[in-house]
Order: sequence, then structure tokens, then C-alpha cells
Amino acid sequence: MPELPDKLTGYAHVYERDHINTDEIIPARHLNVHDEAELAKYAMEDIDTEFVKRVMPGDVVIAGENFGCGSSREHAIWALRGAGIRVVIARSYARIFFRNAINNGFVAIECAEACEVAKTGDHVEIDLLGGRLRNLNNGKEATFVPISDFARELIEDGGLLPHIKKKAGKA
Amino acid sequence: MGMTITEKILAAHSGRDKVVPGEIVNAAIDLIVAHDVTTPPAVAMLKKLGIERVFDPSKILVTPDHFVPNKDIKSAELAKQLREWRIEQGIERYYEIGNHGICHAIAPEQGHVLPGMTIVCGDSHTTTMGALGTFASGVGSTDLAAALATGELWFKVPETMLFELKGKLPFGVYSKDIILYIISKIGVDGARYKAMEYTGDGLASLSMEARFTITNMAIEAGGKSGIMPVDGVAEDYVKARTSQPYTKYYSDADAHYSERMTIDLDQLEPIVALPSLPSNGRFIGEIERVKMDQVYIGSCTNGRIEDLRIAAQILKGHKVANGTRAIVVPATTEIWKTAMREGLLEIFSDAGCVVSTATCGACLGGFMGVLGAEETCLSTTNRNFVGRMGSPKSKVYLASPATAAATAITGTITDPREFLK
Repeated sequence: MPELPDKLTGYAHVYERDHINTDEIIPARHLNVHDEAELAKYAMEDIDTEFVKRVMPGDVVIAGENFGCGSSREHAIWALRGAGIRVVIARSYARIFFRNAINNGFVAIECAEACEVAKTGDHVEIDLLGGRLRNLNNGKEATFVPISDFARELIEDGGLLPHIKKKAGKA
Repeated sequence: MGMTITEKILAAHSGRDKVVPGEIVNAAIDLIVAHDVTTPPAVAMLKKLGIERVFDPSKILVTPDHFVPNKDIKSAELAKQLREWRIEQGIERYYEIGNHGICHAIAPEQGHVLPGMTIVCGDSHTTTMGALGTFASGVGSTDLAAALATGELWFKVPETMLFELKGKLPFGVYSKDIILYIISKIGVDGARYKAMEYTGDGLASLSMEARFTITNMAIEAGGKSGIMPVDGVAEDYVKARTSQPYTKYYSDADAHYSERMTIDLDQLEPIVALPSLPSNGRFIGEIERVKMDQVYIGSCTNGRIEDLRIAAQILKGHKVANGTRAIVVPATTEIWKTAMREGLLEIFSDAGCVVSTATCGACLGGFMGVLGAEETCLSTTNRNFVGRMGSPKSKVYLASPATAAATAITGTITDPREFLK
């Protein structure tokens, strides 16, 4: 897994609503598979049927409070990542979703003002080290607490399992 | 400062004398429950990493439950992978179709859940098992894989919220109404990252089955776990199922709680959570008698024998309303058999209900009662998010089995007390 860059850029998909749940991110009718490319076809299907037509590699999902609540299905992370999403920025997360994100080496950032900074289609820059979200279209900015060292280590190792394996190898 | 039950269990399982909320601990896991949707991806992860054996097959329980009996070819493959994996790993605690059940119901029912345990499962309703004084929390497939490989998992020690249940539930009001009431007060993220602990004389008055319904829905308030101290009711339940020894933990008198809430059970009435959040609970007298296309009685929340008895008591001698369909799904095979022996299945069938084998089924929009666009369903399940039971344009209302049964008879949302007189 390559080192996590200091900055990422991508196009935003903004969902201002709170409590977007994993049933909306990847409906249970698609849980009979766990292949990322297959799940990606249905990402966000129950909240935004245009999402999969619009999304491009490196894009960013921006959302409100308690993103990813509900079912523990890690398929929600896989569907988003499979669709090309590199980062999710939400006001807050449901804990299992957040944990699943870290465990998959997927970047999930908490930022109170993210929804005010960008709208769908805007090009945004995320300064992971500096804790800053910047709208490249209009210059609007919001700050966030940079991801923890623990999360960075897991992300750079490629997730919890490679991390455990690496540690076991060192022991 | 003292510790809560949750802190004590996590301390004991991570070799500490004391832990405080916010600390990250690596806790030994006593029981891992595995089902057909989230386990096959975990197994694939382990294979990819070259980890060939689980840490201890005797600490794993496997039951297919979500999409069984197989709903389609792809889910048949998942169930097959689960079955082959458990044979390859020598996991003896396996419940095949015909003996199976929804994992959170069958694990305690068959005596695998002991007070003081740490339990994980790749399913958010794992919190159910906390009613027996365990730390039980839902995880994703990666955590599941890590636990299967190493027998331990990292946790941030959660803060604990204390809910004191006072008094006694009035006639026609059930434990589902208690938890829907609590969630309506604190919201779907009111207990985010936290343990929800229960206490009070009102708790003592509830059966074990009623208690499972409350801890089941901790996740619907965002909770990490739901937990209840072990009392005589819990010990009778456990001892009727196993002779294994266990440790009881109790919160210290000076334990710290992040919040406290008192619920006067005497003041409660039947509650219905309106679409599309579990926190949309309203007393039944405050809402319109909306027409229901379907009524669903079952799930890990309310598919236990007591639930079926209440529903059958109300449905006996009545017919499901014209224009409404009613589906009854006992949570485990054992419950199904008990319902058969007690004549409940006949009551349901005579009333015009469909009775299914145990499955998570339509609770999560899988099969056995999926909803079409614009359809309405009053359900005893745990969440009513957009699209949860089928079409994103369908609407799900959550309530107790009694309210569901009364609603099946009239075809519109109905106060069960009208039929319990």
C-alpha cells in the first residue's frame, strides 16, 4: 500500500442529510455478493440513482451527521470504494461504519462544516496533514482534526488485517 | 471512582485492573457468532492473507440466517461457503437449516451466551445478547476476520448511559414500546459510541425475552452495546440451558455515567415509529390509522415465543383484513416448534397469516415479504430506514407484536388494547 499522500483532490458528491444509513449506501438486496466491482454498480442506489453514473475515481462523498448508521455491513465501504470514492467527509459517523472505514484503510474524516463548503460537482482539495478542506472552484474552506496516527498507520498498511500480519511478522 | 459492568468486562478481558472510557484496549473474545452474509467475506480476507486456521473453533458459533433457505443462486453460494468453511475449521457449534435460527436469538436460546462474556458478530444487532450481562457488539467483516484469526479485538472503552426503568408496564404495553420510547427521546445517534445500561425495578419485572428486545435495538440509537445486570430471571434462563460456569459483573455504586434517564413504565402507551427513522416513535393515540398493505411479525427483535403468544392471543378467532397481508417469522426453529406444539401456528394460519421458517428475511428487504413501491408495512422489526424492507418508496412502521397483530385484523394501525379487553 503506498504511503497516504498529504493532499487529495476529487469531485464532491454532497448529501446534506443526516443519518444516511448503510441500507441506502448499499441495499441489502445486493448483499448476496461481496465483490467490490459488483457492489459498486449499486452504490448509493436508494438515495441517489445518478451517483453511479456520475462518480469518477478519486471522488469525495460529503455528508451530514451519523453517516453510515444502521447495519454493520462492510459492503457499504466496499461499494463506495469500488465506485471510486477515495474519501468520505461527514459531520459525524455511526461507529461501526467509521471502524469499518479505518479497518479497510479507507479515509473517513469528520468535519462540521463540510456541507457548507461544497456542492455536488465542485472540485475539492483535502489537506490530510493540515486538516483543511478547500473548494477549488470558489476558495471556500473548512477545517477538521487531521486523522489520528493510529488511523494513518492502518490506512498506510492497507487496513487492519495487513496491519496485524505486519505486526505478527515483526514479533 | 468505580466502574460500570461494561468497563469491568473489558478490563477483565484485557488483563487490566481498571479501564476508563476513551482508552483503547485489546480484549479477548469469548464468543464469535458467524452468519451467511458477513462471514464469507471475512473468510476470503483470511485466505488472502494466508491465515489458514481460526484461533479456536470451540469459541465460534455458526448459523446461516439472513438469506436461508437460500433465496437465490448467489446467496446459495454464500451459505455453501459458510458450510464448507465450518467443516474445514472443525467448528462444531453449527445450526443447519432445520435447526437454524436468527443468530442473536439462537445463540442465547441454545445456551451459548454466558454472563460476563465478550461477544462479537458481523451484525449490528449483536447488542441483543447484552441482556444476559455480556459485552456484545456488532462489527464489520474485517473485525470479524481479525477476531477469528487472533481471538482478540481492539475496542475504545465506551462511556455508559444509564436508563432506569421504574414501575410496571401497563396492560397492552410491551418492552418494544419501552425501547421505541427511549429512541424517540434520544434519537438515532443519542447513544453513539456508548454502552446503554439498564437498571431499576421495572427491569426486574421484565422476562428475559422482553429484555432481549430492548438490548437488540441499542444500535438504533447508535449504541455500541446494550447491557443489563444479571438477576434471578437471567440466571434461571442461563441455567435452564447450560451448566457452564460464568462470572457476574455489577456496576459500582460510584461508577460514572455520561447520562442518566428515568423511564416511568406506568406512563407508557403502545408506540409506533413512523417512517423512516426508528426515532420517529409516537404514542398510538397521536397518529392516524394509516392503512397497511402488510404486517410482519418476527426478527431478532420480536420473533421469540412470547411475542408469538401475544400475537396469537390477539389474532385468535379473527381474520387478517381484506387488502392486508400478514407474515409471521419465528426467530428460531425451536421457537417455531414450540409455537406448533402450543397451537399458535394454527391460529396464525386460520387467521390468514403466512408462517415462515426462521430467517432475517424481509426485515432487511431480503425475501419472504419484500415491499413494492408505495406499499406500507407495520413491522415488529428494528429499523425502518428508506428501502429497508424493499422498495425505497415503501414505508415501514415499527411497533410491538401486539400492535402488529391488532393492525393485521383491522388493516389500519390499531391500538392492541382494543383487542385485549
